[in-house]
Parts: sequence; structure tokens; C-alpha cells
Amino acid sequence: MSVETLIAMLASTTAAATPLIFAALGELVTERAGVLNLGVEGTMLVGAIAGFAVGLTTGSLTLGYLAAALAGVLMALIFAVLTLQLQTNQVATGLALTLFGVGLSAFLGKSFAGQPIAGLPHLSIPLLSDIPVLGPLLFRFDILVYASIALYVAVQWFLSRTRGGLLLRAVGESPAVAHAIGHPVQRVRYAAVLFGGACSGIAGAYLSTALTPMWVEGLSAGRGWIALALVVFATWKPLRVLAGAYLFGGVTVLQLYAQGFGLHVPSEFLSMLPYAATVVVLVLICRDRQTILLNQPASLGKPFHPEL
Amino acid sequence: MSPPRLALHGITKRYPGVVANDGVGLVVQPGEIHALLGENGAGKSTLMKIVYGVTRPDEGRIEWEGREIRIDSPAQARALGIGMVFQHFSLFETLSVAENIALALDAHEKPAALAPRIRDVSQRYGLPVDPDRLVHSMSVGERQRVEIVRCLLQQPKLLIMDEPTSVLTPQAVQQLFVTLRRLADEGVSILYISHKLDEIRELCDVATVLRGGRPGGQAVPRDESNDSLAQMMIGRELAACSLQPRAPAEIELELTQLTLDSGEPFGVALQGIDLRVRGGEIVGIAGVSGNGQKELLAALSGETRCTARGMVRLAGDPVGHLDPAQRRRRGFGFVPEERLGRGAVPAMSLAQNALLTGAPKGLVRRGFVRMGAARTFARQIIERFAVKCRDELAPANSLSGGNLQKFIVGREILLAPKVLIVAQPTWGVDVGAAQLIRQALIDLRDQGAALLVISEELDELFEISDRIAVLAGGRLSPLREPQATSVAEIGRWMAGGFVGEALDAFIEIEEAADAAA
Amino acid sequence: MLRLERRPLPSARMRLLAPLIAALLMFVTGFAVFALLGKDPLAACAVFFVKPLTSLYGLGELLVKTAPLLLCAIGLAIGFRANVWNIGAEGQLTIGALAGTGVALAFGDTESHWILPAMLIAGVLGGMAWAAIPALLRTRFRTSEILTSLMLVYIAQMLLAYLVHGPWRDPDGFNFPQSRMFNDWELLPILVDGTRINLGIVFALLLAGLSWLFTDKTHAGYRLQVAGLAPAAAAYAGFSEKRNVWLALLISGATAGLAGIGEVAGPIGQLQTTVSPGYGFAAIIVAFVGRLNAFGIVLAALLMSLLYLGGEQAQIDLGLPSAITGLFQGLLLFYLLAMDAFVNYRLRRVVRAPAASGAAA
Repeated sequence: MSVETLIAMLASTTAAATPLIFAALGELVTERAGVLNLGVEGTMLVGAIAGFAVGLTTGSLTLGYLAAALAGVLMALIFAVLTLQLQTNQVATGLALTLFGVGLSAFLGKSFAGQPIAGLPHLSIPLLSDIPVLGPLLFRFDILVYASIALYVAVQWFLSRTRGGLLLRAVGESPAVAHAIGHPVQRVRYAAVLFGGACSGIAGAYLSTALTPMWVEGLSAGRGWIALALVVFATWKPLRVLAGAYLFGGVTVLQLYAQGFGLHVPSEFLSMLPYAATVVVLVLICRDRQTILLNQPASLGKPFHPEL
Repeated sequence: MSPPRLALHGITKRYPGVVANDGVGLVVQPGEIHALLGENGAGKSTLMKIVYGVTRPDEGRIEWEGREIRIDSPAQARALGIGMVFQHFSLFETLSVAENIALALDAHEKPAALAPRIRDVSQRYGLPVDPDRLVHSMSVGERQRVEIVRCLLQQPKLLIMDEPTSVLTPQAVQQLFVTLRRLADEGVSILYISHKLDEIRELCDVATVLRGGRPGGQAVPRDESNDSLAQMMIGRELAACSLQPRAPAEIELELTQLTLDSGEPFGVALQGIDLRVRGGEIVGIAGVSGNGQKELLAALSGETRCTARGMVRLAGDPVGHLDPAQRRRRGFGFVPEERLGRGAVPAMSLAQNALLTGAPKGLVRRGFVRMGAARTFARQIIERFAVKCRDELAPANSLSGGNLQKFIVGREILLAPKVLIVAQPTWGVDVGAAQLIRQALIDLRDQGAALLVISEELDELFEISDRIAVLAGGRLSPLREPQATSVAEIGRWMAGGFVGEALDAFIEIEEAADAAA
Repeated sequence: MLRLERRPLPSARMRLLAPLIAALLMFVTGFAVFALLGKDPLAACAVFFVKPLTSLYGLGELLVKTAPLLLCAIGLAIGFRANVWNIGAEGQLTIGALAGTGVALAFGDTESHWILPAMLIAGVLGGMAWAAIPALLRTRFRTSEILTSLMLVYIAQMLLAYLVHGPWRDPDGFNFPQSRMFNDWELLPILVDGTRINLGIVFALLLAGLSWLFTDKTHAGYRLQVAGLAPAAAAYAGFSEKRNVWLALLISGATAGLAGIGEVAGPIGQLQTTVSPGYGFAAIIVAFVGRLNAFGIVLAALLMSLLYLGGEQAQIDLGLPSAITGLFQGLLLFYLLAMDAFVNYRLRRVVRAPAASGAAA
């Protein structure tokens, strides 16, 4: 294998990992507050079409990403009002959000299908990007790749170093206790859910404006679910989300290059790889029940309302 | 004379279907230890939540140091100088002591910066606490110290203690009282909520009594007897159960070197537990929760399977490998600690709940449920155990704690178990129901069943047990007859003091028991 | 100011009304959406919700689409009652179709009355096998069946794609990715001339009745419900969690598998790259809207089937994307979940208590 191929593979891995990082980090924050939002897949799709449509019609991808984040927030708001206010079952509501998102995005996207869009430009950082090997490996990505790393740093710092992060973790462990000592549990959970929604929206827009870039019905192809699995795989730790996302990005890319390596497996079987890998990885991590129990936010998925 | 620190007038709080407080008043002076006395369900907790700003009253007024105020949130209560130590601790298990305290302080301080102040306060009041430790690794007593230190850091003028001693060993209770008296001497008012009459007479200057949500009068506890206080609290005399001696029968339940790791992250491992319970005998297991009680119950019920089948024997047969259903079929009965959600399905009717463990009563035929039979069985339980409810179709969560417990205990007793295991039989239950439940357990013993009762209430265990042991740190102490031991000894054991010390005594007692058989 | 308050007892009336109100709200939203799209809302609603039902053929199609939805939903509902979240019915349906087709293809053009029953049994077993994977992973390794069953949908679809593009492709099919057409004896018999109504709907209704018997009358059904409502109580009573998970997943896998073979041996008549327009997912909505109750599920399946037909009709008559079906399905579930809250809670107007402010003296 040539160095060029290797570099190209690593670059594609990074691109494939980026939307997973956004979606999974957003969901991680939501889950650390004790809320399980299974609507990531649907939210990503709505973010994807919102970002694509606005980006295409206004010609500004910045506006596109803002629209995607906003669409994600609105989707998350539906979820938050239902689960936090009306105390509906989080699993059922998350499923509903995904089914709704699939339908809504397909409906809105009908007229955009197959249209070309100028994808997110790759930066070319002066001087640095010209360094051999390292340049293309580190300094020639689009801005969202760098933003995903920044997001990781921010989430990590927020959770471990700030009072807000402490409060978020506390709410995730025991909303009843947090309420008893006078913390605004509902506000914390709303914020966490909406943040997760915004991240999923951006992740979706990355699919339709950078990775592909175009709109196809159902283009997330289960990435939202893989992001959910990543959070479990990461045992709710941001650094492991990052590592897991790159691992999955790698698996996705491997499938594209496998044929080139003279591996004569039907392409359908290669396409199964990311999904099969998700199952395998989940099994491996769940075998160690102690680790899961120790790290899983204790109130995850359980309803709580301060006045009911 | 300075105005009272806190005065409540005509406080009323209604919930759908209940009036929790009905025109309640309370006056607490500076430096006073004031008892709020009442049995379970009398409205003490609601009143305290109102003072601490967790809930708001529908009617009435609150005065703080002579000024009329309203308390909208715990933060505001803390700003006034009100601190609260909750009955079920309000601590986050996965966080450190310092993080827990930082979260409760309204001045935003970094946990690290708090550590020296935590050490300072904990030394001054004799409440040793390590700021860096994670709460889940601490005992219940240590957690309570954290809660108290957390309050003291805010220099409170009024400290509310909600049933603080229910989780402490008798010795730890005395230590707590020293701290509380010292705080009172410094001018802090203490509002002490309890239903334990001895403690209130020992500690408190004044007592305000609540009965069924209404004011029940005031008293100076030192001048009263337990009986007169109980009279104020429940409107009648306390009756005690009594145990007629019985000749011990065959061994029904036998634990042999029961050793088991806890499946839970913060659980306690059981270590080499040996125990024999005979027919016609009640064995009481004392100890502070979190010392292996949950694990022992799970090992007995079969929810955790034992590593060796002989670790648990029923009438001589090994059952350690059997699951809960199989053990039930062989004559095990269980009353769990958690009533709603474990002992009963909250949203299901009493009839459906009768079916939960009642299938052997002919409620299932060829895989089909006989709902008529289930209703009849439920009605039987309701009648025999005086369960107050609409009818057998009322959902379990519409019953009060005491009535639901009567239903669950009744269901298990009517299944005529050979061995009945009961956890916290009267926890949170009103006096009348508690009385009935204890008597029902004694009646079952008199019919020849073997009973194992796990309880935090020492008084209760001394009342109904033929023999008592203590579970501490996953180990079981030697067994003693209530007459042959004392609260002081059991208290020492609750702190783990039996390991080593009592090995000889243990052998001696076992031999005596075998000789008697 | 309005505040949510717990009812002393769950409202039986609201339990019945909630799905109806939800359906009504969906119609109202549909009305608004059509207006927003610049269509005459009344006419559009008529095209969407009424026109499909005005012909015998249309009514037949309603039942044809109801069958797989109903089959999947009754299986899922049994699991949902027990907190077993099989959301991979779409995958189990696909494998059911594959397994049944495999039997048909294995027999070639041999004619026998036994082939169709064998295909159906293979479909059921295929669905069960596919559902057994998440069951095994949950009971052995405590892996969430939500994620595993869903991942298996994608894997099943890839498997289907491989087979119709590769080994099972019809040699006389001009390279289209599909199997050979099934022979007459390999197809479910048509029940009403002039329609495509086949035996599938009979199976579905029969199984709906059986599922009612199972959930409402048997001890096994009771145990599953206890596990769903209060898992700790189920453990306490000695109801094996593993057995419940296996039972719930195998039942839902079996019905989804039957739905799958019912599609290829019914209206489709051969194996294609898509055997279902998302019936397995829509069935989740059907199960909830039907209140996890057999009778409710029958009604909900009919409604959901109408949404599919309405979407197709709207595409033909109004030029609207048929994806509008998915939009309505999602909305329906949201409305239902929201209305459901009012079974246990009610809205109360609260007047801020003046007493606490100290106004009373």
C-alpha cells in the first residue's frame, strides 16, 4: 500500500468519524443528565435536509449549519416537552422522534433529491498544510473536523472542570436529590436535551453538505443509532467517544478500500461491516456489567418531575 | 426577649385526596432543641419541606426572627440560615464529599478550595470527614456526618434533622447528641423530627406533636413518660406484643458458610454466614442498612443464585441453586423491604397483585389465570388483615404504606410458608398497622413456621424475636436471646465489634442450641 | 397558569379517548399542512383519507396493507408490554421473506400443496431466528435489544440485496435484482375476486385474537406484563427475566417473519430488493396507537394502512411526495404520547396562593 493511499484512507476515516463525534458527544451530554433520547437518527436526518436546503438556497453553508442546529434544537424540544413536561416514556418518545424525522426529512427533501451542492471546502492552512505527510494528515480538513475536536475538548472540560458540569452529572445520578437541595433539574435537563439536538442537527448537515455531499432519502443510514451505541461503548466518557468514532470511521472506510486490496467479498457483505461491528462492540462492552453500572448515569431513562 | 427564630401559624397543605397539614403551628426559640413528634403519615415531612422551601403551603404564614416571609426555594431557606439533614440522604454517590458540598453551597466555590474548610468544621464539631472520598464508599453514619458538615458550613441558625437516628448505631446516636447539644449551646436552633420517644425525652427541650396532619399539642418531653407522649401522638396507649416461649422444633432454614459477592457496584459481599432457624421461632437480624441486608435477602429469595447449593438449605434440602419461583414452591415466603414496585405492582389492582405470588393458591389453571379466584383470594387478605381500601380492584398505589404492607404480609402469610423472610416489616407504617403486622408474624410463628426478620428498628426486634443477631459489613454476629443481651451489646456489634471478640461465645451458643433440640 | 397534576386514579375515559383525540389532531394537522402546501385542504383530505376507500379494490388494498402492519404490531406489543424493545421487526420481516423464498426456490417448479405451508413455516422460523440474536445477546451479555435489533435490520437488508443481486437472481429476469416469480401454488390464495385480499389478513386477525387471549387470560401474559410494569416485582415473584425476553422476542420475530413471507408470497409474488415500505417500523406506531391491546391494534393498523394508501393517492392526484405518509405517522405517535400523559395526569388551573406571600394577617 502506498503512503498516498494510507493518507487518503486516514483522511476519509476522519471525515467519516466527524458526524459520529458530533452526534455521540451531544447524546453523551443528554444522557449524562439522565435523559435517553433515541431520536438521534431522526434528528440527524432533519438536520441534514435543513442544512442542505438552506445551504443550497442561500448559497451560504454557514447559514445551512445554523439552520441544521436550529432544526436539531426544535426536534429535541418536541422530545423535551413530551418526556420532561408530560412524562412520556423516553424510549417510546425517542423512537417516535426518529420515525417522525425520517418522514419529515423525506417529505421536505423530495424536491432537493439529486441536486448538486458545493461541499464544505477543505481548509489549507498556510505553510503547515505543505509539510509532507503531516500536512495532508492534519492540516487539510474542512472546518467541521477541527470543530469536532474543539467540541470534544469543550465537553470534556465542561463535564470535569465546571460547576455546571458537576451539576449536570449530579442531576443525571439523582434528579430527586438535586431537586431536594434546590437545583433546577428541569432546566438542566432541557439544556442537555437541546444541546444534544443541536449536535445531532449539525452531524446531519455534515452528511449532506460535506461527506456525501448531496441529499438522499435516509442518507444517515443508521449513523444516529451507531452514535447511540458509541455512547454506551464509550461508557459515557468523552475521550472514548472520540476514539470510538475514529474506530467506526475506520471500519466504514475499510469497506470502500477493501475491493482495491483485492478482497473479493460481495460488496453487500462489506456494507454490513459497520452494523455488525456495532453489535460486536456492544456485546464486548456489555459483558462487563460492573463497568456499565459504574459509569451509566443512575437515573438514565427514568422519569422525574419535581411537582408530580 | 428576642423574637422566636421560627414561627409557623395555621399552615395548611393539601394534596389530591389528602390534607397533609391542617392548620399546624410551631414556634422554635434560638438555641432550643425542638422535637417535632408524630407517627408515620402525621405530616411531619410535609411541614419540614415547607420550612425548607421544597414545597409551598396552601395557607398559613411563616415568621423568621419576627419578620413575616415566604420561602420559595431551598436556596432561599439556606440564605436565611436554615439547614436540613434529610432522612434519605441527599448525597450523590458518584461524587466526592467536597463536590457534594460544593453543589449545595450557594456561593460558587471550587470543590478543591472547600477542602480545608470542610476539615476545619469537621474537626471543630467532632465529625470526622474526608473531603476527597467518594460518597459511595462511605457508611451510612459517615454520610450523615457529611450532611451535617454541609449544613454547618453555611453557619445555620436553624438545623432541621429528619429522623436522623434511624440509620445509626446506639453509640453513634450518643455522639450525634453531643454534637447537637454543642450546636444548641452556640445558639443554633434544632428542629428534631422523630418518632422515637426515648431519644426525644433525652435530647429535646420542647416537643410539638402532630396527629393525622393536625396540631396535637405541646409538651416538655423531660416531664413526660413514653406512655404519655405516645398518648399525645396516637391518641391511645401503645400496646406491646408478647412472645410465649415455645419448644424449638426442627431446623427449617439453614445457612452454611454463605459467601457471596455483591452484583452491584457499591454493594457489600456476604462473608461466611452461618445461621439456623427452627420452626416456631423468629430470628431477628439487626444492623444498619447497607451492611449486606440487600445481598442477604437476594441470596435467600433466590434473586441471586448461590455458588454452592448447600449454602442455603430448606428443611435439610439444598436450595442455593434454585430460582425464586422454585424456592417459593418449596415453602419459602418473602416480604420485601420495598413495597411499591417489588412487593406489589403499583398500577395493578389488589386482585392482580394477589396473583403476583399467589399462583399456588389455585389461581392459575392450565396456564390460564382464574381472575375470579384471584379476587376471592384478595378479598380474603383484605378481610383477614383489615386492609383499608376501596375494594379488591383498587390499584396498589392507591393504598397507604401501612395498608399496602398489611396486604403484602397477609398475602405471604396466607400462602402458609414454612419459612417466611421479612424485611423491615413496619418501616414507615403507622402504629396501628405495625401492631397488627407484628402480631400476625408472631401468630405464624406460633403455628410452627420459621421466621427471619431483618429490621433497623431495634425495639421491634427485641419485642418479637426469639433470638437476635447483627449483620455488619457482610458478616453475621453470634445469635443471642433478647434477655441475654442488651441494646449496648447489639449496638457494639452493629459497628462490627463482634468479629473475633465473640467467636467463643458463638460456639458456646450453638452448642447450647443443639443440646436443646 | 396551568399546571400538571397527578390524578388520584388513572382516567379510564381518557385511556379510551387518547387515541381518538390523537387521530383527530393528526387530521387537523393534515388539514393545515395541505393548506400550507397551497392545496384546497378539504379536497386534499378527501383524496388522502376518503378516496382510497371508495372502491372495492381500494378497500381490498386497505386490508392487504393492514395484514403485515397488524402482524408485526401484535408481536411488538407483547414485547413492549414487558419492556422488551424489539424495534427490528423490519429486519425480522425481511429474513422471514428470505427464508420463505428460499423454500420456494429450493423446490423449483415442483408442484405440491405442501410448499406454501412450508414457506410460511420457514418465514416464521426465519423471523424467530433473527429475533433470537438480540434475545441471546440481551440475556447472555445484557446488550440492549434496542440497538442490536435495529442494527440487524440493516444487516438483513444487505443480505436481501446480496441474494437478489447474486445467487437468487432470476436468470430470465433481464438482470433485474429480483427472484423468479412464484408459481400459483406458492402464493397465498386470493379471497375476494377483483381485489388482492389474501389469506394474510385472516392470519393477522386470527393471531390478533390469540394475542388478546395470551395477554389478558394467560399466566405467561400476566408475567410479561408484571415484568413491564415493575421489573423488581417480577424478580421478587420469581418470573424469569430471561424467559420473558426470549418469549417476547420470539413471538414478535415469528409474527414479523410471517408478515414478511406473506408479502412476497402475497401482493409482491417474488423476492425484490424491497419487501416492505417500512411496515416493521410503522408497526411500532401501530402498537402504541393501539394501546398495546389487540382490539386497539386492529383499528390502528387499519388507520396506518389508510395513511399508506392516502400517501400513494396524494402522489397520483395531488403531486405530493408519498413521504407525507411518514410525516403523518410520526405526528400521530407524538399526539398519542402527549394525550397519553393525560390518562395519569390532568391540567389544573392554579391560582397562586396569596397566603404564602403573607397577604393574610
